[in-house]
Amino acid sequence: MKDLPTVQAGESSPDSGIPGPPQVAPGKLMATLAIAGALAGLAIVLVFQWADPQIQAHRAAALRAAVLEVLSEPASYQSLYVTPDGLSETPAAGTDTVTAEKVFLGFDDAGDPVGYAVTGAEPGFQDFIHLIFGFDSDGQRLLGMKVLESKETPGLGDKIYKDMDFVTGFQGVEAPIVGVKQGAETGAANEVDMITGATISSRTVIGIINHRVEALGPAMEAHAATGPRGTVNPEPAIGDSAAVDQAAAIPSAAAGGEAGS
Amino acid sequence: MRETTPREDLIRGIWKENPVLVQLLGLCPALAVTNTVPNAIAMGLATFFVLMGSSLLVSLAKNWIPSEVRISAYILIIATFVTIADLVLAAVVPLIHKELGAFIALIVVNCMILGRQEAFASKRPVGRSLLDAAGTGTGFMIAMLMMGTFREVLGNGSVMGISVLGENFEPWIVMILPPGGFLTLGFILLAFGWWKERQAEAIRVRQWPHGVASGEEAA
Repeated sequence: MKDLPTVQAGESSPDSGIPGPPQVAPGKLMATLAIAGALAGLAIVLVFQWADPQIQAHRAAALRAAVLEVLSEPASYQSLYVTPDGLSETPAAGTDTVTAEKVFLGFDDAGDPVGYAVTGAEPGFQDFIHLIFGFDSDGQRLLGMKVLESKETPGLGDKIYKDMDFVTGFQGVEAPIVGVKQGAETGAANEVDMITGATISSRTVIGIINHRVEALGPAMEAHAATGPRGTVNPEPAIGDSAAVDQAAAIPSAAAGGEAGS
Repeated sequence: MRETTPREDLIRGIWKENPVLVQLLGLCPALAVTNTVPNAIAMGLATFFVLMGSSLLVSLAKNWIPSEVRISAYILIIATFVTIADLVLAAVVPLIHKELGAFIALIVVNCMILGRQEAFASKRPVGRSLLDAAGTGTGFMIAMLMMGTFREVLGNGSVMGISVLGENFEPWIVMILPPGGFLTLGFILLAFGWWKERQAEAIRVRQWPHGVASGEEAA
């Protein structure tokens, strides 16, 4: 390495009393990094300002697509907040609309409720499995299941979303679900075939659904008993949640995200 | 150090001093995210972008960065570009961003990038630094693509998600799992070493007897 350029001490930092052989004033070193850090921060903020709305739109679009999928394409849906007093159209005091726990109630063309979409997450084989499922509280049965996020082993655990036999196996199953090995079915209405070689992953999926039904089932039943009605509208006018509004506000970005899949 | 021509600066990193296959740098992403071709391409592009941006800035700012804090300053510059790449990927291709996960953030500690700043961009003019970055970035992409193609074909029977080996092919799951990365890298390095040996041998034979007389070995 070439010789270090010597900078006059005291040039920028008169109070530097650190002993040793300083070749560059510490103040200059600090100033260099501080300026570089400030510029880096500015650059990141600018890019973030541009990217964040699109990232949020992708997230909302993904959730919206998942809700529509697990409720078998409802005509519209509504976001409900989980509060200590049951499901409510307004979040509980002290929580905001973005972070509050939500379920989604879908309606058919006539405005009749078809079922609730519920999200849940628990540790699987590698990392948390995030999923969403549709639940018909009248019949205590599932409408569909979709894995939102997982890092399960490729080729084995990832069958929880790649193996369509397993995914569609959740449609119409009664809760609480029992996982059975292939070939050991008894024909009961609450059985789902487990995936060979992915026992832990498939057991986790079943566990998440059972736990969520257990936790939210009474609230959903109570809410369904109040007779919620959707809009009678053949157009797919979507409910009034903040997340859905965001998705609808940027249709081009959302469409781009879906096209990219 | 011998002076190099601009052409050499560009070409060197692509093949003769390929960062992954010859220098064995940047192996972490090369092992981790080459399980499919799209992942390999996305990681290659992101790394290319970070390398170009960092080399440009480091070369521009080389006279203002005191050498005591140069490594911190380089890391800061690299980390900024990595964060930008991370945000752009999340905004533009969310699915690939999800696949690559933490490995985008880990571009910061890719020693190939820091190595080019310390060894080249911090001492050369801007144009040369960009050429060097482009060559090294391209070399990295070639290595990533080689590994990605090899692993996706054997591990999934497909290229870019399009099946190429037909219905009857039973995928070698191990190739898209972490051990497959090590196996693939091993095989590619073996082939590369064998090929280089043969090249050297060919040159030696051609030079005989002069090469032997002067004690010169083709390296």
